[in-house]
Amino acid sequence: MITFDQVSVVYDGADEPVLRDVNLSVDEGELCLVVGHTGVGKSTLLGAVNGLVPHFTGGTLYGTVTVGGRDTADHPPRELADVVGVVGQDPLDGFVTDTVEEELAYAMEQLAIPPTVMRKRVEETLDLLGLADLRHRALYELSGGQQQRVAIGSVLTAHPRVLVLDEPTSALDPTAAEEVLAAVTRLVHDLGVTVLLAEHRLERVVQYADRVIHLPGNGRVVSGPPSEIFTTSSIAPPIVELGRAAGWSPLPLSVRDARRAARPLRTVLEGAAPPPVRAVPDTPGATLLGARGITVAYRGVPAVREVDLDLRAGEVTALMGRNGSGKSSLLWALQGSGPRTAGTVRVARGEPGAADRKKGGDPKKLSAAEARRLVGLVPQTPTDLLYLESVKQELDQADTESGAGAGAGMADGAGMAAGARGPSARAILDRLAPGIDGATHPRDLSEGQKLALVLAIQLVAAPRVLLLDEPTRGLDYRAKTQLIAMVDELAAEGRSVVVSTHDVEFAARAADRVVVLAEGDIVADGPTTEVIVASPVFAPQVAKILTPLPYLTVDQVTAVLPDGEADA
Amino acid sequence: MSSSPYTARTAEEGTAAAPDTGGRRLPRTLHPVAWWIWALALATAVSRTNNPLLLFLVLAVLGYVITVRRTEAPWARGFKYYLYLALTVVAIRVVFRAVFATGMTPDDHYLFSLPHIPTPDWYAGIQLGGPVSLEALLSAATDGLRLACMLCCIGAANTLANPKRALRVLPGALYELGVAVTVSISVAPQLVQSVQRVARARRLRAGRNKGLKALRGIVVPVLEDALERSLRLAAAMDSRGYGRAGSATRRSRRLTGALMLLGMCGLCAGAYGLLDASAPKLLGLPALAAGSVLCLAGLRLGGRRVTRTTYRPDPWRFAEWAVASCGVLSAVLLFVNVGYDPAELNPSIYPLSWPTLPLVPAAAILLAGAAGFLAPPPAPPAPPAPPTPHITAPRTEESA
Repeated sequence: MITFDQVSVVYDGADEPVLRDVNLSVDEGELCLVVGHTGVGKSTLLGAVNGLVPHFTGGTLYGTVTVGGRDTADHPPRELADVVGVVGQDPLDGFVTDTVEEELAYAMEQLAIPPTVMRKRVEETLDLLGLADLRHRALYELSGGQQQRVAIGSVLTAHPRVLVLDEPTSALDPTAAEEVLAAVTRLVHDLGVTVLLAEHRLERVVQYADRVIHLPGNGRVVSGPPSEIFTTSSIAPPIVELGRAAGWSPLPLSVRDARRAARPLRTVLEGAAPPPVRAVPDTPGATLLGARGITVAYRGVPAVREVDLDLRAGEVTALMGRNGSGKSSLLWALQGSGPRTAGTVRVARGEPGAADRKKGGDPKKLSAAEARRLVGLVPQTPTDLLYLESVKQELDQADTESGAGAGAGMADGAGMAAGARGPSARAILDRLAPGIDGATHPRDLSEGQKLALVLAIQLVAAPRVLLLDEPTRGLDYRAKTQLIAMVDELAAEGRSVVVSTHDVEFAARAADRVVVLAEGDIVADGPTTEVIVASPVFAPQVAKILTPLPYLTVDQVTAVLPDGEADA
Repeated sequence: MSSSPYTARTAEEGTAAAPDTGGRRLPRTLHPVAWWIWALALATAVSRTNNPLLLFLVLAVLGYVITVRRTEAPWARGFKYYLYLALTVVAIRVVFRAVFATGMTPDDHYLFSLPHIPTPDWYAGIQLGGPVSLEALLSAATDGLRLACMLCCIGAANTLANPKRALRVLPGALYELGVAVTVSISVAPQLVQSVQRVARARRLRAGRNKGLKALRGIVVPVLEDALERSLRLAAAMDSRGYGRAGSATRRSRRLTGALMLLGMCGLCAGAYGLLDASAPKLLGLPALAAGSVLCLAGLRLGGRRVTRTTYRPDPWRFAEWAVASCGVLSAVLLFVNVGYDPAELNPSIYPLSWPTLPLVPAAAILLAGAAGFLAPPPAPPAPPAPPTPHITAPRTEESA
């Protein structure tokens, strides 16, 4: 169906090719998973399938790519629209019309399909993807999962034989992601569509894959059956890591298979007490932020209802809940920059290692400069805060902003310079993510580096409470591990960190405490182990495999597992 | 999902008549072009008169038709803004007339006097301030009212017909233009949203809120965002078949452009000649006809390069003919000057008297109002849209 013959891709101005001598052939009806770290050429590989690379992106493609018998050299993407359907990361970006039905028909209109056929296919697609109830709805008022299903439907109506999905679930919460992936697998099984799927959160998709295409990072491509590729690949979901640690062969890829294979492992682990995921301090930290009765309403519709929350020093809290449950609203209300209908926030003041300069207070009532010295917030799109041409300029700006803020905002803060107060932004950034060149344009950084940069900018103000709004969005495994290290370090300095996330694996590895929001209420609040393991939606893979044993991460298992018994 | 009653209703849509139609006509949306013809014809009719009674009648007719035939869609709620705009037009007209006084004759009724500001000699033609007469204000008000009515006619068309559907009926040659407009319409709210988002995020960095620097802090992220988004949209449209090649050559494209441009000039000149009584007669119909022919030729030629079909095209049936023709008929009646005194359309304010209501023009305008029941009832109201979340509130997950 798809053939890559000696394909190399070089972008203009780049020395190294992104893809080098790729030979690949994907058969009809296969679900192919494309895995690799950010920046190894996954998007290039996927773009080459329908000719977006190089027709749209520029660059040079050597070799031949054929799809359904058509050479992409002679066929620009628009001429391949009836063979390949492409769905991107954020469905809203690709929408051309404004209602579900018209969006489904758009590609067919371009292909000049007769109106009667169009009508029939739209009805079929509505049923196939379970969108019939939504047909007249405006696209922007749908939820993320619904939007992504519409996006898939809108390319399906052209009856393509290949579907290319570039991280279709990275913007979705777990339930919405399940919804989309269920639709995709149904297409593979019922219609025999060939699917090429790139996805960061492998734990969600690995069990559905027929084949894995691994991009190790040197421009080459390795492909093979999942159990074979994952035994050696540099990235792997927790289930595979557990399988490797326990020496299971063949590697189980679904929780069901893993549970069967894990029976001996469970008996080995039964006697031992699992080590804590994160080192627990002997005494609970002092309460840094106390929120009482926080209510946020938008035009009378409550997003957060009378939430009480205490944040303690040295604690990492994961804030979970489906999209629209009020996570962002709560974080913005705590920081004081967002709206707050009712309730009080009290932040204790005082930096670690420094004398108390001023009593804390309610960040909402303080100036912006003062508020950010109490509570720092990294918004969902960190790039909203970046506007200068280089990393260095951003960091310098952050230093002067914080210095200026100290002089203007405080009566007793005269003569306080940024340098005198704490480390400079550059020093913080080097600690969080070493090796970022100061001359780089902030937009050219990877997602993880952008996050580190914004984090550094916010940390210059030395807030003791730090709120991160969905930082895991779009991060690969490596970047997530780095983020966990950053968060760990911040907590170790005695700060309180709150991370709102959909990513259960991340929460399991990074958080001491999990708070679950639903419809603006806190429905669960407790230590990670208790909250996460009990929930069927939020349980991480390791917990699912090893229940009733209270293990959350692979590291816990390897720590307990004696070396000699790895093959148990 | 909370909208189950709605889904039941939409499922029936198209197979069962809404209860309030008398069981005869299926609810559907009228062809947008029919509404536009109707509204433009009515606006043309309005241009013939500044009789305030007739003008108020037009406003009443517009109000009636809009109330009975508009949908619940966002664009259909905008008529009040056109009314505000109309009021502003009248007000501006009256105020300007009072300020830039033209003096008064002995016959005029003196109302009040504004302080006179002497203007230099070289600026002699225009006076500032001075006595203001009732006649001057009245004529300004009726003039303004006529303009306001025409504005409202356009507003009515925009309210009654989905602007995006209206763009879809553009001939093939203008298809790209239509897409550009459609995309920019949908991008505008996104742009507003990202401006709000970035402006709020500024506080997190305690950035300066005023001045050029603050502007930069908002404009740069928003533009970068918009640029990235439009690139992704372009890629998505390209991979979905937008712009597939038809049979056009470079030469035929140029020819199309030239024909369209000339044709448009002709149309504009023709419209001007027809509507402005002082323009030479030659400019009227002949220019209009020549312009139309050129445009049609251009569209015909240009249409060949686009191979495309339309999903669920709006049908053109009896109701469309009826609506369009009742609008056109009322315009014709106001132009032919049969059965009434043309002076009654533009009642003189010397001597000042209450305007009379000429029967035939009044009937003509009421005829245009017949569109209210000639058009089929609109589709049942869309489900109540969930309250537009504030930018901080992520999308609501209804089906989770």
